Amino acid sequence: MALQNILLAGFGGQGILFAGKVAAYAGLMDGKEVSWLPSYGPEMRGGTANCSVCISDEPIGSPLVLAPGALLAMNIQSYDKFIDAVIPGGVAVIDSTLVDKKCSRTDITCVYVPATALANEKDLAGLANIILLGTLLKHTGFAAEAAVEKALSKCVPPKKQHLLEPNMRAIRLGMDY
Amino acid sequence: MKGNEALAEAAIRSGCRHFFGYPITPQTEVAAYMAKRMPKIGGTYLQAESEIAAINMVYGAASAGVRAMTSSSSPGISLKSEGISYIAGADLPCLIINVQRGGPGLGGIQPSQADYWQATRATGHGDFHVLVFAPSTIQEMVDLVGMAFEKADAYRMPAMILADGMLGQMMEPVSFPEEAAEVKTVAKPWATNGHEGKRAHNIVNSLYLKPDQLEKTIIDRFQRYETIKATEARAEEYLVEDAEIVLVAYGATARIVKSAVNTAREMGIRAGMIRPITLWPYPVKNIQKAAETAKHFLCVEMSMGQMVDDVRLAVNGKRPVDFFGHTGGVIPAPGEVLEKIKAIAGGAK
Repeated sequence: MALQNILLAGFGGQGILFAGKVAAYAGLMDGKEVSWLPSYGPEMRGGTANCSVCISDEPIGSPLVLAPGALLAMNIQSYDKFIDAVIPGGVAVIDSTLVDKKCSRTDITCVYVPATALANEKDLAGLANIILLGTLLKHTGFAAEAAVEKALSKCVPPKKQHLLEPNMRAIRLGMDY
Repeated sequence: MKGNEALAEAAIRSGCRHFFGYPITPQTEVAAYMAKRMPKIGGTYLQAESEIAAINMVYGAASAGVRAMTSSSSPGISLKSEGISYIAGADLPCLIINVQRGGPGLGGIQPSQADYWQATRATGHGDFHVLVFAPSTIQEMVDLVGMAFEKADAYRMPAMILADGMLGQMMEPVSFPEEAAEVKTVAKPWATNGHEGKRAHNIVNSLYLKPDQLEKTIIDRFQRYETIKATEARAEEYLVEDAEIVLVAYGATARIVKSAVNTAREMGIRAGMIRPITLWPYPVKNIQKAAETAKHFLCVEMSMGQMVDDVRLAVNGKRPVDFFGHTGGVIPAPGEVLEKIKAIAGGAK
């Protein structure tokens, strides 16, 4: 598989780093080389947060994703900042509950998912990130579905295992959207 | 695993049971991990009242012959520099981790490599060196922590892991040596760990008031440095053999440069890379050898150009040496490095 460079961006607290971790672990479960690089610092306290995930057959060079093949955007600031950086042929998955803009680019695939609204409606509050990750999975195939499920079991901490089932539901919801 | 956590776990598996630190972004996870693990394995985790206190606790622990370490980021390392000089002056082994951030002053918290001069030239006052290791992957962080402890013990001197915020914060898969694997240690007959009436007492000290005596200890130490320079320099060579343009980069920057070298190769430009793994001793021979065949050198760093001095010293005027870098926490993009390579390749024609 060619190099899959994913950029996930949104507000601190939306689970951007967690969704990235799940993607990276899924790549690892698939036997790929992976890296995960967060933005760190004051972002964690409510500003914008983003993280770069690389999945590849080859050892990862730069772990910093500047030209993503796949973008997951969960707020307007991130959408504005990164939408033009997506490489031609790339995919952008956008939380349309929070981003009320439509992309005019014709050389990328934009998928609009009202993930935050969906999450609230389906009793999955706080899992908009995972719904969007499911949609990203469907459109990019960054890992096998089973690998993502295994990754979720790894990333959901032992003390919070009751949250595993909703996370699995969120992935499927995103994939079916 | 996160780079910072990997450093901590690797240190524990290398037999380190004494950690003294003080929090600072972007290395705090090293201390946090130690705080969690050390009490469970009978080790000591101590958050000191300052960086200066922490390094002096390392001085004390190292005097007693145990594997001791501290970790910090750039401004904190400056505070530790006095203690590092004392430790070097007392011929004690220890490990110091610097997860570099932008400077000078408080600078910023994003990745940087602007402490190269400090690490390789002036970690403190006086005539001395510390061993400096520069990992570029999380796996290498693990491997080099073990090596740093071993070499520090073997040569009775401080060792430093010079990382940066990118490596500290990023996650990559790692594998650790088996838990049961034997930790290589050396006898430390000089340690002040209680003579029990069986031997004369040991003294650990860095004060020599008689100039000729001080000079002798320093000359002895520098003789050891000569052995180290001859035997311990390490570098990775990547596509250097037939390269016309040799890039030199270490740490996280080397990953970016490798990506640029690969793209340049796809475009038919014969680029290669030398990645110093030890920054002191510097892998002079690798550079010298490459200077015989390569036409041009390009050093890339996250600084205004510090390691480039060592590249120029090794190349010794034989070939042109260019520099490209960003500083202050700005990370060079592979595309920018590629443009520099293309410019040099175009000019060479």
